[in-house]
Amino acid sequence: MGATRFSAGLTSLLLMLAGGCSKGTPIGASADAASKVYVAPGQYDELYAFMSGGFSGNVTVYGLPSGRLLQQIPVFSQYPEKGYGYSEETKALLNTSFGFVPWDDAHHPQLSTTAGEQDGRWLFINGNNTPRIARLDLTRFETDETIEIPNSGGGHASPFLTENTEYVVSATRFSVPTPQADVPIEGSKFGGMLTFVKVDKASGHMSVGFQIHMPGFDYDLSRSGKGPSHGWSFFSSYNTEEAKTLLERNASQKDKDFIAAVNWKQAEQCVADGKAKPWPTRYAHNLRDVNGIARTEMLADEPVLEPKDCPGIVYFLPTPKSPHGVDVDPSGEYIVGGGKLATVLPVHSFSKMQKAIADKAFETEIDGIPVLKYEAVNACEVQKPGLGPLHTEFDGKGFAYTSVFLSSEIIKWDLKKCVVVDRVPTYYSIGHLMIPGGDTRKPYGKYVVALNKITKDRYLPTGPDLTQSAQLYDISGDKMKLLLDFPTTGEPHYAQAIPAGKIRDQQLKTFALAENHHPQAIKTEKDAKVVREGNKVHVYMTAIRSHFMPDNIEGVQVGDEVYFHITNLEQDWDVPHGFAVMGALNGELLVMPGQTLTLAWKPDRAGIFPFYCTDFCSALHQEMQGYIRVSPKGSGTKVLFNTGQ
Amino acid sequence: MSAITVTVATPGSGVVAGEGTMAGQRPMPGWTRVLLAGTAIALLTTFVAPLWHIALKAPQYPEGLGMYIWSNRITGDLRSINGLNHYIGMKTIHPEAIPELRFMPNIVIGLVLAGLLAAGWGRRAGLFVWTGLFTIGALVGLADFWRWGYDYGHNLDPEAAIKIPGMSYQPPLIGPKQLLNFEATSWPGLAGWVAIAALLAAFGLCWLEWRRGRLARS
Repeated sequence: MGATRFSAGLTSLLLMLAGGCSKGTPIGASADAASKVYVAPGQYDELYAFMSGGFSGNVTVYGLPSGRLLQQIPVFSQYPEKGYGYSEETKALLNTSFGFVPWDDAHHPQLSTTAGEQDGRWLFINGNNTPRIARLDLTRFETDETIEIPNSGGGHASPFLTENTEYVVSATRFSVPTPQADVPIEGSKFGGMLTFVKVDKASGHMSVGFQIHMPGFDYDLSRSGKGPSHGWSFFSSYNTEEAKTLLERNASQKDKDFIAAVNWKQAEQCVADGKAKPWPTRYAHNLRDVNGIARTEMLADEPVLEPKDCPGIVYFLPTPKSPHGVDVDPSGEYIVGGGKLATVLPVHSFSKMQKAIADKAFETEIDGIPVLKYEAVNACEVQKPGLGPLHTEFDGKGFAYTSVFLSSEIIKWDLKKCVVVDRVPTYYSIGHLMIPGGDTRKPYGKYVVALNKITKDRYLPTGPDLTQSAQLYDISGDKMKLLLDFPTTGEPHYAQAIPAGKIRDQQLKTFALAENHHPQAIKTEKDAKVVREGNKVHVYMTAIRSHFMPDNIEGVQVGDEVYFHITNLEQDWDVPHGFAVMGALNGELLVMPGQTLTLAWKPDRAGIFPFYCTDFCSALHQEMQGYIRVSPKGSGTKVLFNTGQ
Repeated sequence: MSAITVTVATPGSGVVAGEGTMAGQRPMPGWTRVLLAGTAIALLTTFVAPLWHIALKAPQYPEGLGMYIWSNRITGDLRSINGLNHYIGMKTIHPEAIPELRFMPNIVIGLVLAGLLAAGWGRRAGLFVWTGLFTIGALVGLADFWRWGYDYGHNLDPEAAIKIPGMSYQPPLIGPKQLLNFEATSWPGLAGWVAIAALLAAFGLCWLEWRRGRLARS
């Protein structure tokens, strides 16, 4: 018996050595991994995974456990494939107080929850650069709304929603003068803003509820309470040194930074009691209407609360050292701080925090915000978490899983006993990790996905820029087992996953033509027309396999603004038509069945220009084309249009 | 009702002369009349369910397309089917241009009323005549359905994109048939099955009545 165990141990040691030495051996993968991730042709995956597309500005949708890419949803960036941000209907979604900002850095997807459980209604995601939050519809997998976050620099701790999706939040990662001002960088007092964006229960529409004006730290990540801690939100912070230069050193001096605990229910009350002051500001709110047309409203004056005017809304929990993640366990009791420069993983207790507040166990006060005593709030410290612990997710079975960046591993630890029970390497440098539902009250468990920053030698090399990558681990047993590596786009910061059954059957197949009330929609080919209004020419065009109506257009002049309003008359699933016209300075359209979209085109020279369908729609797709004649400015060419005559 | 007296008297009285005319005069027992009335009323299903269903399946349409023919309308993926049919030059199916869909409901109502009248009247002749009318109606209906199918399948636009010599696209009256990349399958819909059952029931009733009459005579 002993000999067997010894030889087994030796074999695995040898295997590890072999794995370490020779390329081609699947490092870390277990022998039966293939069967666990194999989804036979035509079969469906078990879960939808929504991954942030990082600096692509998109959300990518993967199937798990196969790791197959299912869809890319454009959010904060123009996306030529779908004409997103190019069509007249979608452009406004990218508007900000700075104007049209066609790129952002998407970080943290969040699936809406009710009573702390995924409800499959919406997906929220933040843009970090020009702080924004977007709401995506999960019946169409489209961005429906974006809202700019005012008075902020870097919306990183976002959108991390509250238990019933009452709010999505955003906190300043790069503190700035609040309000903005032309001041010397060094020596000026900056401020941080915690923003609570209200989400309408029925429509999902977002509006800035209120902001809390905080000291000028860097606010990093956030989670809201669950169950007993519902009504509170937690924000990690670093750079409590308030350094403005060379932060890698200057922001790493203190042993402890803070987790800010915010009583948002009380804050709501203070706002209702008139304790907030309106700040002059300007920010954009962009919303798609029922016809899919996005419009921008510029807003101003939203309520800002000073913590000193509303005592009890914020407390600081000292947390070692430059904490990154702040994660709340499914019971709502434990708040785990990922101190990325810390040697331990601190676990705070919500009930201890409540008691510490009642006992006024304060260490000091910063700008009217009490700092609670570390011992009074800390439940335990997980020893030897590895180097650079970042984020924690939960399996709902009493275990927590923490990503550890520097030592490039996932640790599994017992939440009650506060001890590490398993660890597994990641390839390489894991950032976030994700257990399906692992941030909710009801984790799905079964898998953990590592979202890695570096891939190095894991894939065929593709020049200096290598793919990003995710790794799937089986966590159904005592030991974590690596199942699969799969490439991802952009830098996948965070991700969310949901059992497929929760949203699969609500997918829209086509837009009902009868319910298309787009003002430029036409429902039959008989209504196709070309209308000149001054130097604007509106082409009301239909697309159906395999022709456009009209497909011959004359009477356009150089310098005109031509608007192609394309209605896809199809009512069949998976028959989009594309539309592209030569010399267009924007992009193409991809029009779903029953939908109307508009492409603007400004011809700069006379001649005959072809247009065609870009999405292979039918056997005669190649014939789905037409011509538009452009005459010199002031020419007498009459407006003519036809198909087939 | 004096008619009953006459019929009841018939078997015993041994009156057989003029059977051809007298046979139709025989009254039916109550349950036959109830069944006849029920059979007639069952035809009202045509107002709540389709008569016929043509299913189309192709590699590009794993979920299938369907067309439901009712007594007064055509439903289903007509729009998509018309869209596909234009490639082979088939005429667009406009339900409003098919006059049958306008008068078929009247025929159905007429049949139902006639069946009820026959049941109320209570004579075998009513049953026989009604069954005859129903049979003719059903046959004419099927023939007409076939004729429309033939017309749509054969009278094709000579300028159609897809022209295959010798190929026609008449949908099957019943059962499966391959039409290019589509497998078309035609079966009665719920109301069609009810109508078939009703017709069989009517035949059954006629046979029972005919046998009862013969037994009574012998």
